[in-house]
Order: sequence, then C-alpha cells, then structure tokens
Amino acid sequence: MGSDQLLFYAFGAVALAGSVLVIGQRNPVYSVLAIIVSFFGLSGLYVLLEAPFVAVVQIIIYAGAIMVLFLFVVMLLNVPREDAAEWDRTHPLYRSGPMRAGAVLAVLLIGQLVWALSRTPGMAGGVADQPATASSVADVGRVLFTDYMFAFEVTSILIIAAMVGAVVLARKHDES
Amino acid sequence: MIPLSYYLVLSGLLFTIGTAGVFLRKNLITMLLSVEIMLNAVNLAFVAFGRTFGTVDGQILTFFVMTVAAAEAAVGLALVIGLFRHRESLNPDAFTSLRW
Amino acid sequence: MLDFVTDPAFLVYTGIILVVFFGLQTGAAVMVYAERKVAAFMQQRLGPYLVGPRGLLQPLADIVKLVFKEELRPKASDALLFTAAPVISVAAAYVAFAPVPFGPASTFFGLLDEPMPLIVADVNVAVLVIFAVASMGVYGIVLAGWASNSKYSLLGGLRSSAQMISYELAYGMSLAAVILLANTLSLREVVDAQDGYWFGVIPRWYIFLQPVAFFVFACAGVAETNRAPFDFPEAEQELVAGYHTEYSSMRFAMFFLAEYINMITVSAVAVNLFLGGWHGPFLPPEYGWIWFLAKLGVLLFIYLWLRWTLPRFRYDQLMAFGWKVLLPVATVNLLLTAAGVLYFGV
Repeated sequence: MGSDQLLFYAFGAVALAGSVLVIGQRNPVYSVLAIIVSFFGLSGLYVLLEAPFVAVVQIIIYAGAIMVLFLFVVMLLNVPREDAAEWDRTHPLYRSGPMRAGAVLAVLLIGQLVWALSRTPGMAGGVADQPATASSVADVGRVLFTDYMFAFEVTSILIIAAMVGAVVLARKHDES
Repeated sequence: MIPLSYYLVLSGLLFTIGTAGVFLRKNLITMLLSVEIMLNAVNLAFVAFGRTFGTVDGQILTFFVMTVAAAEAAVGLALVIGLFRHRESLNPDAFTSLRW
Repeated sequence: MLDFVTDPAFLVYTGIILVVFFGLQTGAAVMVYAERKVAAFMQQRLGPYLVGPRGLLQPLADIVKLVFKEELRPKASDALLFTAAPVISVAAAYVAFAPVPFGPASTFFGLLDEPMPLIVADVNVAVLVIFAVASMGVYGIVLAGWASNSKYSLLGGLRSSAQMISYELAYGMSLAAVILLANTLSLREVVDAQDGYWFGVIPRWYIFLQPVAFFVFACAGVAETNRAPFDFPEAEQELVAGYHTEYSSMRFAMFFLAEYINMITVSAVAVNLFLGGWHGPFLPPEYGWIWFLAKLGVLLFIYLWLRWTLPRFRYDQLMAFGWKVLLPVATVNLLLTAAGVLYFGV
C-alpha cells in the first residue's frame, strides 16, 4: 500500500471516528471536541488533495473560530449532560417496530450508496491523474478575486447580516 | 493513486452520519454540530472534484461554504441562546407549542 | 529499507528537531530566571541570588519544587479534560514554533550535500500554519477554565479565550500587510526578502516600511500570550489566578511552559517578519542564528519590561482596545500598504 493510500485511510478513519463520536456523546462539550478531531482528519485529507489553503483555513475558521463559538455557548448556557434514561428511551433501536425497521433500511441505503459510488464509470480514475494546475494560495486568490468577485462581495454582506442578526437575537430583552 | 470514488464514499458516509445526528439527537447543539458535519462532507466532495478536474474552483467553493457555515452557526447559536433563556431546555420537543 | 537512518541529512534534521525542542524548554527556563531578575532590578532589589552563582540555578530549583508538589485534582472536575487541557496548551505551543525558521540554510561545514534550512517544518504556508495553531491554543485555556468546575476558573478561562480570539484578528491583519510586501507566505522567504541594505547603512527590515503593523503586531502578540498589560484574566489580584486556579504541580508547570513558549514563538515570528530574521552585519552568513537569538533576546526583554512597568488594562478597556483601535488601524494599514504596493510596484 502506497504512503498516499495509508495516509488517506488514516485521515479518513480519524474523520469518521470523530463524526461518529459527535453524535454518540451525551456531553455536548465532548461532542464539540470530537468534531474538532474530525476536522483535523479532514484537514489532512485536504493536504492529500493538494489544497493547502483549504486545509489551513479549515483549522483557522472551523476548528479555531466556529467551534470556539460553540464551546462558548455550551459553557455559558451550562448545558447539562443528557441523562441516561432519556437517552435509552430515544435510541432508535429501542423504539417501536417501524423505527427499528427504519434504522435497518437506513443502513441498507448507505450500503447501496457506497456500492453505487464505487461502481460509477469515470470515477475510478485517480484523483491525482491530472497535474495540479493551480493549487497555491496565490492562484486561489487570483481566481477568487477575478472570476468569483461578485460572490466574494455578497459573502461579505452575508457576514455582516449574520453578525447583526446574532447580536440582536442573543441580546437580553428588558422585562419592562 | 487514490480513486475519486474513495473520496466520494467518505464524503457520503460523513454526510449520512451528519443526517443521522440531526434526526436522532434530541439536543439543539448536537443537531447544529451534525449540520456542520454535513457541510464538511460537502466541502470534501468539492475539493476532491476540483482536484480531479485540475481546477481551483473546488477550493473556492469550499471557501464560500465555510463562510456560510460560519454565518449560519452564529445565527443558529444566537437562536439557541434565546430559546434556552425562555424554556431552560435544549430539547427540540420542548418547543412544540406555537405560543411563546 | 532502513538505511535512511544513517543518511546525514536525516540525522541533521533529527538534530534540528531536538535542538528546537530542548531549546524551547531551556528558553522557558531562562525566561523564568530573567523575569525574576529583571523584575527585581526594576524594583530596586536583588531577586534570586542564593541558589547557585548569582541565582542562576533558580529555575532548576523551581522545576524540582514543581515536580515534587502534590498533584491535586478537584473532585467535581472533569477528569479527562482537566488533564487534557494543559497538554493541549503545551502541544499547541510547541507545534506553533515548528514552521518558524531560526537560521539560514547551511551545509553544516560540508557535512551535507545541499544546504538544509534551519526549520522543523518548511511549509510554504508557514504564516497561516502559525496562525492556525495559535487558534488551537485557545482550547487549552477554555477547557482548563471549564474543566475545573469553579467560578473563578470558568470566568477566567472564558475571558482569556475571548481576549485571545479578539486579538487574533488584529494579529492576522498586521501579518497580512507584511505578506503583501514580501509576496510570499513562507517565513523563510520573508526573511530572505529583508536581505541587504538601503544606502549601505539601513538594513532592509520591514519594521522601517511598516512601523504601524509592527506596533499592532506587538500589541496583539502580547495580548495573545496573556501577558501584561493584557493579563487581566490571570491576574492574581483580580480573579485569584484565573483559569489555572485549581491546577498544581506538573499541570501548572505545563501552563507556565506553554505561556513562555508562546512568548518565544511570538517574538520569533516578529523577528522574522519585521526585524530581518538572521541577517546582521559582521558575522558570516552561516552564523546568522546568533543574530536571530540576539534579536529574540531583545524582544523578550521588551516583553518583561512591559510587564513590570505598565499597569494592567481592565477587561472592558482591553476588549475595546482590541476591537475599536487595533483592528481598524490594522485594516487601514493593510489598505494603504496594498495601495502603496500597487502604486510603487514594490
């Protein structure tokens, strides 16, 4: 197995394990930490795909800013750990018949999706067959600010709207 | 030499894990985290396709998806804070009545 | 298959990694001693002078004391995160120094065929990697505050991490202005772009081209490392000791170590970006690391000088300064630099 394949399996396993832990934890703080681990796995995959900019930006923005925001909210709200009785009651495999059947069917659907993706023609070619024409930060910047200029400006307006919205929504209202 | 389908399968698996999280978990914060997992799965698919066709467009789309995810997380968490202040619970089943 | 182990390049690279690792720890120990001595001389007293000649073995005594102290953990604290938080802090601190170059590429007196740069990780997006790992350092603090399960720790942890993420913006903006001038994200190339002299006398350092960016970077760097005058969250008089209230012995030592290594990293990045890195007169180019260490020493002395001279900012003053003063100044500086680069074609 080449080193590329080994790294792909390693990072992929980290990403998947982190994601499964996110939805399987009762304590929300552990969920946030698990998703951060998953992001590191994804960042490694981006480096394998010769996208260093996206890999680093994933850590800076996702793991370093958005997840800090999540962690702040969890800590400030003092979110309680979900208790075990509630957890067992809502687990899909312990619910009634249709829920169990639904869970089994969901797993079958995932299996079919994986099978179909792996057999689609045109996707068996290696990811690295075409030479990397442009993957340095300078090239990303050049294309971003010429071809996608409008989307860039609209995104900045979106961020301002989100900022204003978040501040207004989270404000404490006077009871008067 | 990793085929494109490997990346797509991984992206699909991550997406389904995220979807399962949104459907199964009864905690608003974990549901938002599952949405973030789904967005990340999509990012991976974008970058993989971008690399297959040798362009940078995949990375740029990822950049925009991340920005939108940040904005959505901020507003979503502000909503969660407001909801928690009112009902002292993060269970979506506690917010079933339309009366505030 | 294993004959790469005797390859001289591999051995030299391992040597570089070990030098950086132990150098950072030794640097932190030297900083402990220097802090106490500098503080003492600024306050007209002697400082440590009993342990060893002129008190030089004081850091060793401190380390021995910390190792032998009792390892306490509050019963109500979260065991896993309480232990993991200082580990995350220290790991982020060490990793942050990995992309920082500290000397020119050298062949080590002919031992190697081709020159090897004195960096642990020579990535071409070094500046972004340092920024990313600095964002990770926030987690050590916020988790320490939360895992201790006490009011002072939680408040201190949240305030400290809010401060760090606020000042990261100004930090990044001031970096961006220098990156515009140097036209590269790799720190090694930024230093190489500062080679040479203007008029034969003034070195081509970016501090002369970007004084505002240096000021913003210095303020943001001091705030990022939670040092005075921005150390409200860990000030003894205000919040007991902030996020490391409940920590003792080795875990506390790890937080301390992380703080000093962060100081060294921020100073090293400032030396590389603004002060010309390892370029200096009189010495042949292979010995550039001596100049690097000298400049690093000057910046670390300024860190200590700031701590023991200036009073502390109040928390709201601190946040207002970061958001309302530093960030706009850094943004305007970036715009002006961009205009200048376009106009003058630098």
